[in-house]
Order: sequence, then C-alpha cells, then structure tokens
Amino acid sequence: MVSQVTSFSRNGLSDFIIQRVTAVILAVYTLLLVGFLVMSAEVSFADWRSFFDQTWMQVFTLLAILATCAHAWVGMWTIGTDYIRPHYFGSGADGIRLMYQLICILTLMVYVIWSVKILWGN
Amino acid sequence: MKNDHRPINVDPSDLMAFAWPITALASILHRIAGVVLFVGIAFGLYALQISLASEAGFESLKSMIKSPFGMFVTWGLLAALGYHFVAGIKHLLLDFGVAETLEGSQFAAKVTLLFSAIVIVVAGIWVIQG
Repeated sequence: MVSQVTSFSRNGLSDFIIQRVTAVILAVYTLLLVGFLVMSAEVSFADWRSFFDQTWMQVFTLLAILATCAHAWVGMWTIGTDYIRPHYFGSGADGIRLMYQLICILTLMVYVIWSVKILWGN
Repeated sequence: MKNDHRPINVDPSDLMAFAWPITALASILHRIAGVVLFVGIAFGLYALQISLASEAGFESLKSMIKSPFGMFVTWGLLAALGYHFVAGIKHLLLDFGVAETLEGSQFAAKVTLLFSAIVIVVAGIWVIQG
C-alpha cells in the first residue's frame, strides 16, 4: 500500500472519519452563531463582546478553528491531488502541488494563531 | 473486460461538451464553496477581530457590511457557507446509507440545490435588511 505522505493522517479512512467529525463540529458551531444573530433583534457591542467573553464560547470557537484546519486540509489536499497532476501541469506538477500544499498549511496555521490572539490577546 | 474508451483525464475544454449530471453539479459546487470558505475564513476572522476589539471597531464593521460591496461579500460568503452546509448534510446522510441508488442520489442532489437556493435567498434578504 502506498502511503500518501501529505494526507492529513497518512490514512485515507482516517481522513474520511476526521472529515465527518469536524463537519459535525462546524455545523453545530455555525447553527449556534447564526442562531445567536437571528434570535437577538439588534446586537450591540456589549452583547457581542459578552457572548465571546464566556469561556465555553472561546473554547468552542478555538475548537471550531482547529476543526476547520483538519477539515480544510483534507478538502484542499483532495483538490490538489485531483487537479495538480502532470497531465494538466506538465512535469513540474509535483513541485507546484507541494507549493500549493505549503501555502494551504501556512494559511491554516496563520488562522489558528490569529484566532488565539483574537480570543485571548486583548 | 477492458474499456479502452474510459476517459482517464478530463480536460477543461471537455467539461463543456458533457451534459452535466445533476449529481456532478451538486458535487462541484460543494467543492467550489469549500475553496471560497477557505479564503473566506480570513474575512471572518478580520470581522471577529475588529468587532471584538472596541465599540468603534464594532460600528465600523457594521457600516462596512452595510456598504454595497460589503453586502455583496457578506452575502457571497453566507451563500458559500449555506451551500457547503446543506451539501455536507447530504453527504452525512449518504454515509448512513440514505439515497445510495442512482435515483436516490439524483433526488438528493435536487433537494440539496433547492434547500441551498432557499438558504441563499434568505441570506440575501437578511443581509439587505441588516
């Protein structure tokens, strides 16, 4: 069996499960945020700030960001391996795909660090 | 049995020659929405940052979202989120063995497109009404 060294967990079946579990986390988080915005008629700065000052909301938000990283990595990796191939990109395809994957990973790492600053930095 | 006519690589120019099955349309839209969201997270985090930093930041985000361009970006991101959400639910149902036949998956794709269209329209109204 060839192991894909750049897949999220080095194992397609595990990636599949991770994709599903993180999807459920993100779906619940999305419903929570949309629910908060729809339920409150006019959100003031104080409402918004105190909503995000709660520890459980900060934890859930960081959890959602981490879930996003795993979820987006599996998705973006799949897209990269589907389309960035020698047939479309010529002999340099492997190098281009590695660059693409690097950009994806760095972007996701920036998202995580940035959200830690947003939640606890001020 | 070997089928020599099986396409190995589909070129972009070929895509227009195919009659797209509705399941393929639902699938590629899920993928495109995912890529939009990957980039869109940056907008979301920026919005979260300035809205939580100060009252002035909160108000400036509000006025940004109320500008025509801001409304368009907000609606676009909500549309991508809405589609990816609905199509994702369809995927989870498929994982549990729902709608695995050809007819079933075609029906599921239609329901996905219908439900997400409703979500996208509602999101548009929500953005316009502020």
